[in-house]
Amino acid sequence: MSLAARPAGTRRGPRRQRRLRRGLATAGLLALPVVFLGWFFAWPVTAIVWEGLAPAGELELGVLSRAVTDPAVRSVAWFTLWQAVLSTILTLLVALPGAYTLSRQRFRGRGFLQAAVTVPFVLPTVVVGSAFLALLGPRSPVNAALVGLLGDAAPTLDLRRTVTAILLAHVFFNYAVVVRTVGGLWSMLDPRLEDAARVLGASRWRAFREVTWPLLTPAIAASAAIVFLFTFTSFGVVLILGGPGRATIEVEIHRATTQLLDLPLASTLALLQLVAVLASLAVYGRLTRRAQVQQRLVASDTTRRRPHGRAERALLTTNLVVIIALVLSPLAVLVERSLITAEGYGLDNWRRLLTDDAATVLAVPAADAVRNSLLFGVSATLVALVVGTLAASAAALERGRLTGLVDRALMVPLGTSAVTVGFGFLIALDRPLDLRGSPLLVPLAQALIATPFVVRTLLPVLRSIDGRLREAAAVLGARPVRVWREVDLPIVGRALLVAAGFSFAIAVGEFGATVFVARANLPTMPVAIFRLLGRPGVANFGQAMAMSTLLAAITAAALLAIDRLRVGQIGRF
Amino acid sequence: MLALHDVTLAYDDHVVVERLDLVAADREVLCVLGPSGCGKSTLLRAVAGLEPLRSGTIHLDGRDLSGLRPDQRQVGLMFQEHALFPHRSVADNVGFGPRVHGLDAEVVRERVSSALELVGLAGTEHRRVDQLSGGERQRVALARAVAPRPRLLMLDEPLGSLDRALQTRLLQELPEGFAELGTTVVYVTHDQDEALALADRVAVMRAGRIEQQGPPDRLWRAPRTRFVAGFLGLDQQLPVEVMGDTVHTPLGQLPRAEVRRAEAGAAAGDVADSGSPAATYAVLLPESIRLLAPAETARNNELVVTGTVRRRRFRGDHQQVSVELDDHTSSGETVTLNALALRDAGGPGTAVRLAIDPRGVHLLQPDERE
Repeated sequence: MSLAARPAGTRRGPRRQRRLRRGLATAGLLALPVVFLGWFFAWPVTAIVWEGLAPAGELELGVLSRAVTDPAVRSVAWFTLWQAVLSTILTLLVALPGAYTLSRQRFRGRGFLQAAVTVPFVLPTVVVGSAFLALLGPRSPVNAALVGLLGDAAPTLDLRRTVTAILLAHVFFNYAVVVRTVGGLWSMLDPRLEDAARVLGASRWRAFREVTWPLLTPAIAASAAIVFLFTFTSFGVVLILGGPGRATIEVEIHRATTQLLDLPLASTLALLQLVAVLASLAVYGRLTRRAQVQQRLVASDTTRRRPHGRAERALLTTNLVVIIALVLSPLAVLVERSLITAEGYGLDNWRRLLTDDAATVLAVPAADAVRNSLLFGVSATLVALVVGTLAASAAALERGRLTGLVDRALMVPLGTSAVTVGFGFLIALDRPLDLRGSPLLVPLAQALIATPFVVRTLLPVLRSIDGRLREAAAVLGARPVRVWREVDLPIVGRALLVAAGFSFAIAVGEFGATVFVARANLPTMPVAIFRLLGRPGVANFGQAMAMSTLLAAITAAALLAIDRLRVGQIGRF
Repeated sequence: MLALHDVTLAYDDHVVVERLDLVAADREVLCVLGPSGCGKSTLLRAVAGLEPLRSGTIHLDGRDLSGLRPDQRQVGLMFQEHALFPHRSVADNVGFGPRVHGLDAEVVRERVSSALELVGLAGTEHRRVDQLSGGERQRVALARAVAPRPRLLMLDEPLGSLDRALQTRLLQELPEGFAELGTTVVYVTHDQDEALALADRVAVMRAGRIEQQGPPDRLWRAPRTRFVAGFLGLDQQLPVEVMGDTVHTPLGQLPRAEVRRAEAGAAAGDVADSGSPAATYAVLLPESIRLLAPAETARNNELVVTGTVRRRRFRGDHQQVSVELDDHTSSGETVTLNALALRDAGGPGTAVRLAIDPRGVHLLQPDERE
């Protein structure tokens, strides 16, 4: 009996020890991310919730009923919901054909267009707002063309402060999410499946409906959920393009805090938003899990075909027109408007922006805003990289039941509104250290927004590393840290660069949280643009356009640099 | 009957199949044999309507297929690696064709069960395709291809991804299945064993053209070019020169009358008849090389060469012996021949004699493409 028991006992010992060691490693990796997320995310969010539930320091559950009964809250919630649903549907309608063209059709300039349509996704919302302000306002090229065609009798198209403008901007902004997510899968679907259906007698449409569509469903559901999340929590775009009665919860939180000084209202709204975000994340998780089909994927460059037949060519043309009209023209108009001065075209706006020290409305030289943005952006990137890498490494180690939970926990900040974060910083970060006046708050807030993107970029790559590589390194005598440095790091290196570029683009363009925590004398570029747009005068508008162009160029440069690396995670969910 | 006439296929500027003529008779099993990239899969896809024709015509049972969409052609195609719909059950996969043809649910069910019965998978309707083994997937793919009752069944490397034992078993079962179906079958493969075992007729394809076609035994006995011979596994080839009545080989001379050549009147003979010496290659069929016992004398007309055993390979009922020949050439190159031995030939280093029967030596056509 003792003979039988001993081998089992000796075997169990090392295994338990190994599990313990792995648990310790996970805990060690997670320590910093947990402190970071706890201090700068959970604590402020808790403070908001507490503020909302107990405005006078004592729990008053009656406040909750305000969220349901207050007509102002209800109308904001209703507007937020329906514009998000409509934006999502519109984006899918416009972008799904685009996903086909960019992933399955072969034509000259495809690679460039694919990179170009991703630019809006990393554009700061403030820039998107000002681009559509320029495109849809009375002085837009559209109106100039109408006047040229019809003379003075031409109607003036002015879509500023309309829902149409918001919806268009949302489609522009999220086009890339659908194209990258759905197109990414579409380009790897085995084309022989559709061929097989055709040979078996299915028409083109039927083959699409019965074979391709069901196989794409996970990607379509995932991208729809993400677009919904982004448009539900839309801030900068709605703040600039919306008007009275056209405010999302995000915008209302901002207004309640900065204009109405009604903190309980802001808390109630933030609470409402948090619940909605968590609910849609749960739906997202369910949808993607349920629709998952195990299938063999093929290399994406083998599936692209030159369009033949009238229908294929018509589709290609339509999509090219959409991409040019919807995605490229706002950017072009932005640049054009930055060059318009009182005396026709010129570089006045740029000159004033970059050299004039005193005459701006910013109280500081505009060039300072550029410097602030870059400085904050780099610091935020470093913080997000450290925190995100640690969290992703821990999540990659964990392969048990917890995996899904860790995944979803890391998604939550992605859906949490930037405004909530900024607002939370203001009301919570006086303890344990009073950070509220500190310039550090800006990069910390930006890093918090960027971290989920870092994790989402790194985690799939880390999980894809063949475990046998690590085992081989370990058997050859490498200690765990060495294994990480010699095996994981080189493989993850490119993904790290992508994550860095992506975080930088997000941090530089971050507006929702920054606008709360940036000090008046340390504005970032998006904050400066927003202030410039708020002042009357052609010169201020022109400078806002010039600043937007510059900011767009910086984020687009970051994006194009990473796109070269071809890890291809940007905007893919 | 399937008839391809003057068919050219191209991807952009890259011509894949060039001016190809090919016919498969009713109920015939035609194997298209060729290395990967020779255009054989593209050919099947063109017949199915998945690739546009650059030029030429395709007729099936007298009907011109050009201008018909894939879903109008009534052909069956079994794809490489099967291309089963991963999100559907076995029954949904097999029943897909009958269903999109608008048949009643009841008829579809019957077709599914009879197709599954044909491939020996009766009763697996409700399984998911990702739960199937490699062999089962292959069978489901076959059932799916035949369920709509196509006029022509095409198979693209159907056994490619399967393990050896399964391949062997299916090679035995497939001919019965084909016979039961009674349709014309075009079977594409790069494996000569598969082609020789299954085909009524084999067409050897190379770089977009048919190099030679015929019944398997004829092809094996009389390959026309080095490429065909090599692809069939006849890799013992020697450079020879035909001069008058004699064939000069690096091993010695053989009487031309005894040496075989491609089909009657084929070019190999013709070249030599012009009177001037013609350089070409000859294939030594495996049975033409015999290991002589120490005291044994060669038969009439046999060419005897001496050499040293370099390697022995045990092959169950026989041995394959690699013999490096003593120098017979002026160039000083060593020639190694493989001989089959039914008895022990001695280990490496043993000096042996080989007898080469001219009747197993086969003259090839000079290769204009090399």
